[in-house]
Amino acid sequence: MKSYAVPRFRVERDASRCIQCQVCVRQCGFSVHSYDPTEEGLYSREADCVGCHRCVIFCPTGALTVTEIPLAYRQNANWRPEVIQDIIKQAETGGMLLTGMGSDKPHPIYWDHLLLNASQVTNPSIDPLREPMELCTYLGAKPDRVELDPQTGVPTTRMPPQVPLEVPVLFSAMSFGSISLNVQKSLARAAAESGTLFNTGEGGLHADLYPYGNHAIVQVASGRFGVHPSYLEAGRVIEIKIGQGAKPGIGGHLPGEKVSEEVAVTRMIPVGTDALSPAPHHDIYSIEDLRQLIYALKEATNYAKPVAVKIAAVHNSAAIASGMARAGADIIALDGVRGATGAAPKTIRDNVGIPIELALAAVDTRLRQEGIRNCVSLIAAGGIRSSADVLKAIALGADAVYIATAALVALGCRVCQMCYTGRCSWGIATQDPYLTKRINWEIGAERLKNLLRSWAIEIKEMLGGMGINALESLRGNRLHLRAVGLTDREMQILGVRPAGE
Amino acid sequence: MPYRISDYSNPYHDDKVSAACALFGAIDRTGRRFPGTDVITAIINMHERGNGLGGGFAIYGLYPGYESCYAFHVLFMNPDARPSLEEFLRRRFRLLLAEEIPTRPAKGIYNPPLLWRYFLTLAGDPPSGFTEEDYIVSQVMWINRYQEGAFVISSGRNMGVFKGVGFPEQIADYFRLEEYQGYLWTAHARFPTNTPGWWGGAHPFNILDCTVVHNGELSSYGINRRYLEMFGYGCTMETDTEVLAYAIDLLVRRHGLSLELAATVLASPLWSEIEMEEPEAKRLHTLLRQVYPSLLMNGPFAIIVGRSGEMMGLTDRIRLRPMTAATHGPMLYLSSEEAAIHLVCPEVENTWIPLGGEPVVGRVTPGASFPSCVETEWAPTLLEVSPQ
Repeated sequence: MKSYAVPRFRVERDASRCIQCQVCVRQCGFSVHSYDPTEEGLYSREADCVGCHRCVIFCPTGALTVTEIPLAYRQNANWRPEVIQDIIKQAETGGMLLTGMGSDKPHPIYWDHLLLNASQVTNPSIDPLREPMELCTYLGAKPDRVELDPQTGVPTTRMPPQVPLEVPVLFSAMSFGSISLNVQKSLARAAAESGTLFNTGEGGLHADLYPYGNHAIVQVASGRFGVHPSYLEAGRVIEIKIGQGAKPGIGGHLPGEKVSEEVAVTRMIPVGTDALSPAPHHDIYSIEDLRQLIYALKEATNYAKPVAVKIAAVHNSAAIASGMARAGADIIALDGVRGATGAAPKTIRDNVGIPIELALAAVDTRLRQEGIRNCVSLIAAGGIRSSADVLKAIALGADAVYIATAALVALGCRVCQMCYTGRCSWGIATQDPYLTKRINWEIGAERLKNLLRSWAIEIKEMLGGMGINALESLRGNRLHLRAVGLTDREMQILGVRPAGE
Repeated sequence: MPYRISDYSNPYHDDKVSAACALFGAIDRTGRRFPGTDVITAIINMHERGNGLGGGFAIYGLYPGYESCYAFHVLFMNPDARPSLEEFLRRRFRLLLAEEIPTRPAKGIYNPPLLWRYFLTLAGDPPSGFTEEDYIVSQVMWINRYQEGAFVISSGRNMGVFKGVGFPEQIADYFRLEEYQGYLWTAHARFPTNTPGWWGGAHPFNILDCTVVHNGELSSYGINRRYLEMFGYGCTMETDTEVLAYAIDLLVRRHGLSLELAATVLASPLWSEIEMEEPEAKRLHTLLRQVYPSLLMNGPFAIIVGRSGEMMGLTDRIRLRPMTAATHGPMLYLSSEEAAIHLVCPEVENTWIPLGGEPVVGRVTPGASFPSCVETEWAPTLLEVSPQ
């Protein structure tokens, strides 16, 4: 069938610069560039270009330019080019459209409508270079009070397991299978050396990563891939994944082509078989079932590890979160509509779920109204881009945040949204050894550590400006936020006042 | 529009009401009652730290003969509010004495509100689920939130708060404080930045027998308040001193911590300091910080806390507001400025500036002897300068 789809990008090669070294041919995971020895010429199949810049960055003479094709459609606010292209693709394949990463639709980004406070005159701002500035955070359920033995003064309070974080930013779930082992190793080392955690996703824990178990969140998802006693024993936190922001309500599908020998061993499935995660956990059809799984995992690990439950931010997240807190979850992770994925149906990614800012505010408020906020830690996820986003999330009520896209961007990702193809030119979302070796995991860890370090420095500087020297004094402290350009109702849900008031 | 106390205490509805101030406190640790002359002299000496928009005093050991009664000092924004409040009090309590608080016309005091005091006890057992004190707190909260035009500024036993709009010496004159004696006095001169001044908004703030005078502004107010709301405290006045008073009530009265341990919650040691502590202290301080992070008072503050039989001075952990402590025999003084102490007690033996976050506590311990040595473990470390 002749494809009616038009290419997105134009690849231009400056002949006066090109030395025909063919780096572009080797670098492109999508085989856009080719060399014809008989013609002694380089050619581009532009239809396959994803705009990931790999060739542009690695071309030694700077001969390549990639631009968006300025294809003129008749202007139409309804039948936009993307809509037309999607229909064309569906008409040619008869399948669901797949995509990767987080939604690229212009849903409101509330972070950009929230502004932070600073001290002037009545309250001194604090210089973090001269004064202590504490970011230390403990994840885990907290009792409502400390009880002391009246005779000895020794505390009798039994503290549930706590996990310290030096920086309130964790690496979100990305499974071995969706990303390469080298990327996971970069994440694991960076987490260990920065005093935070990485998350295995539903792909098991590769043997090489067991030394980093103390900095791992080991996930138990609906397919139960890679879950066995020593896996649970290895992790610092166990996370039950109910849903994810990019695809609330549906399961996962790792195609058999990606299930290499290593992936197969780690996931405990045969090589080359599709790894299908069901939409729900088939042993969790209600909140009391969740409670059973939470306590089964706690029993299995002798109550030594916090159990987190991750859900996609959906309409009634507040009520669900309250149920999860009462069901024994130590940590609740909320993943908003802008959360990313290795592969999801495009229509679900872009249309299902709610923004993390609203869900986070609603959940924190509800848990406080019910007096059970201390019972759980809250992790916000889904589109956190910067230290300012982190701080705003904490002021809204999060204990910490998850980042995934930001971490991958630190490793080279250009958010081209083609993760589901497994052809990632940057060697991130692929299992092809030719591509995965592009990530030097030790250098990758350095990049990630630098990212966390620079965010930590920026967070300290902003906290100091607010006259605060410990992160816990900003947590849930929405008075340090002001809204610009939001409706009264949005401000009411976020619990923030308008700028100027 | 429903009645809101915050329309009085925070008329512009800023995030919170805060103020810069002068603080002074004195306790006789033998329990001897003394007149407030020195305390008033000392606070006058710090006149520059207030601006005439608030002054006040807390006096402990104030009402001998009525030790078992809760003494409610009630401020009426509107005299018509009195009958309905009294009807409420008669319905809920046994009233032993009700009288207008004696005052005299004083310079600088304009349009004072009506102030009465009520000595009362519970009519029977508190309702099930309440301790006696919980019940008193709940009734005070109810009055302050819903009893329009009436505001309880003091609700403890054998103690009382006198406060209003004016310089503290004018308030002392107005309330004829020279007629009272107590074993513990605290005083406050206020320099509010965002309120025109309201009698109920002056310090000390009180709940039961706990009073707080406060100099500073809490950057952590938003979360301190939200945390306390989970425990049933209605922070209706929207002032940061209010959250301090409630935090101490929660930690000390309801959760049974000592004032010193409460201080390690309000101005916790740094994690790096906790890390270096002995195992037992480390465990306790780690636990307190993990459980009460939302009660860390962040931002500049110096406070003097009064409770029956004890007084505590505390500054924030990086000491962004001043406080000096001094002892003379059984007397312990706390003051924003050292000069005020020397003025009223020239023979003072020890004066020191407590470290940020280091509580200074004085307790009434009858029969104890008070050697005139510094009662703090702190000793200044002198830097040794090498010959080069």
